[in-house]
Amino acid sequence: MLAKWCLSWFPQDRMFARGLKRKCGDQEEGVEGFGTVPSYSLQRQSLLDMSLVKLQLCHMLVEPNLCRSVLIANTVRQIQEEMSQDGVWHGMAPQSVERAPIDRLVSTEILCRTVRGSEGEHPTSELEDSPLQSSASELPIVGSAQGQRNPQSSLWEMDNPQENRGSLQKSLDQIFETLENKNSSSVEELFSDVDSSYYDLDTVLTGMMTGTKSSLCNGLESFTAAAPPPSSTCKSDLAELDHVVEILVET
Amino acid sequence: MEEDIDTRKINNSFLRDHSYATEADIISTVEFNHTGELLATGDKGGRVVIFQREQESKNQVHRRGEYNVYSTFQSHEPEFDYLKSLEIEEKINKIRWLPQQNAAYFLLSTNDKTVKLWKVSERDKRPEGYNLKDEEGRLRDPATITTLRVPVLRPMDLMVEATPRRVFANAHTYHINSISVNSDYETYMSADDLRINLWNFEITNQSFNIVDIKPANMEELTEVITAAEFHPHHCNTFVYSSSKGTIRLCDMRASALCDRHTKFFEEPEDPSNRSFFSEIISSISDVKFSHSGRYIMTRDYLTAKVWDLNMENRPVETYQVHDYLRSKLCSLYENDCIFDKFECVWNGSDSVIMTGSYNNFFRMFDRNTKRDVTLEASRENSKPRAILKPRKVCVGGKRRKDEISVDSLDFSKKILHTAWHPSENIIAVAATNNLYIFQDKVN
Repeated sequence: MLAKWCLSWFPQDRMFARGLKRKCGDQEEGVEGFGTVPSYSLQRQSLLDMSLVKLQLCHMLVEPNLCRSVLIANTVRQIQEEMSQDGVWHGMAPQSVERAPIDRLVSTEILCRTVRGSEGEHPTSELEDSPLQSSASELPIVGSAQGQRNPQSSLWEMDNPQENRGSLQKSLDQIFETLENKNSSSVEELFSDVDSSYYDLDTVLTGMMTGTKSSLCNGLESFTAAAPPPSSTCKSDLAELDHVVEILVET
Repeated sequence: MEEDIDTRKINNSFLRDHSYATEADIISTVEFNHTGELLATGDKGGRVVIFQREQESKNQVHRRGEYNVYSTFQSHEPEFDYLKSLEIEEKINKIRWLPQQNAAYFLLSTNDKTVKLWKVSERDKRPEGYNLKDEEGRLRDPATITTLRVPVLRPMDLMVEATPRRVFANAHTYHINSISVNSDYETYMSADDLRINLWNFEITNQSFNIVDIKPANMEELTEVITAAEFHPHHCNTFVYSSSKGTIRLCDMRASALCDRHTKFFEEPEDPSNRSFFSEIISSISDVKFSHSGRYIMTRDYLTAKVWDLNMENRPVETYQVHDYLRSKLCSLYENDCIFDKFECVWNGSDSVIMTGSYNNFFRMFDRNTKRDVTLEASRENSKPRAILKPRKVCVGGKRRKDEISVDSLDFSKKILHTAWHPSENIIAVAATNNLYIFQDKVN
């Protein structure tokens, strides 16, 4: 049996109570309607963009939270894998899809560059990794928010980076540009913009799921099938989403 | 009220500037000692606050769950790593008590990089009447010493001292997420994202690396260690969990480096629930052996699972902690809540498990009756001695009175850390900067 519980003791506030701003989806209530449903690929792209920004921010830290970085990188790989299956992945020549393992698309190395570089525990074994060392030294330092105009080319290992720059590359450029043009303190600012807009994404995503399933390619099954049925709260506002994408990729 | 004043004094002495203090006061770990007499909390400011249970008196049965501040000390200070040019936070990631062996108490506390062994002891007498030094401790001029005195111990006000006894540093390149005292009481382990080290309490300058999952090529890194714990009775056995939702049980007798597990616990993925967030939400944030040692409990983002050590292919029990968030995963990913590391605990008899959620809610699951309850840690909604009202989150459809809709949950109020008294129904719940202690209602 679960006992009945009562407050036994409440130690004093350990700090000055500070009102925390609520961040809930209040604004969702007013908007309704089921008009245009944004395409699955657009949302997938948004998710990818969001993940890439997160990765980029991880990358700016000297010592990122490794667990979080790895999980985000795996998510990016998964999206890219699905995109390349759908043939949407412009960054890669079709014939190279089979040849190149998925993890070449985004390398976790970019997340852990500094950690690995400063690894002090096994200096000898580290030195033996000569191919690694060289690849690491090629990696750009994006942490300092200036200079370095082409970090992407080495962030994304591709056969022909110059020729095969697809839309994603461009969007990445935009992201980096935005990040570079702002100093580090305004990165948060940048994100607060993204924040509110992205907040609608899962209602959009979940609503979309059931709406456009039939029109989607085979990659879709791997997307959430557990999405609840579209409810009245489900707001699929294409304009909103456009705005989201606009922030990251100036459409 | 006396205690209140007392602690405020203590806390004030630690306050630096206002904004820093608020962040620094966020509780980052809670842990009862083996008898339940003491409760330790660690916070982001690197402090450890130990509470001691109020002495029970017969005419005040209801006061049995009251704890007063016993000792407060600064366990870790912010440091700067000059080689990597990075700041090492003072935040206490974990506290673990050692079993009590004499009048003093010992505990381990860790931040991202360094584990410290602290001795907490009481002093109520002080020596007086030294021959060679005066009462302030200054050496006396030998010429003035004319008589020989016998020093005596004089009673004084009770003083609780915390002294660092060992510092176990420089063994972790990544962030320490777990420490666990072994049942041999001579060793403990510390786990970071990629490695687990085994230490002897007496030796601070070396440790044995017992798990290392760092790939030769970091580009191939797709999995990290998220938590680790020793078996409560078998000192050769430990488990560690990963970001891919798996648990490995290792036997240290098999080899010095446990790179091959003895058991591998993994639940096949439910294809109907697959999404881009599947891996993230299956990442295990905490792993705990039951007191009996027969079961392990894991917590992932949406569920708590109980595994039988004898069955590796699926958990014996799965509890939905807040399944209504499944439709919100995208915004939880966007605002990073999806990476929150919720912990989980067993009650003393292993019959109930408890874990936290958002909106200052925490959940309890009775393993026998399969009943569950959602409670809220809030001062407004819980008066002392009044029974906590179970809370309910409304999932779709019409919201009934007293129900909270998913959209109005406050994701900034999260209960990540809880602790259960080892033998009684007393729980400690850390809600951001507040510590709540609840007890079961007797009559």
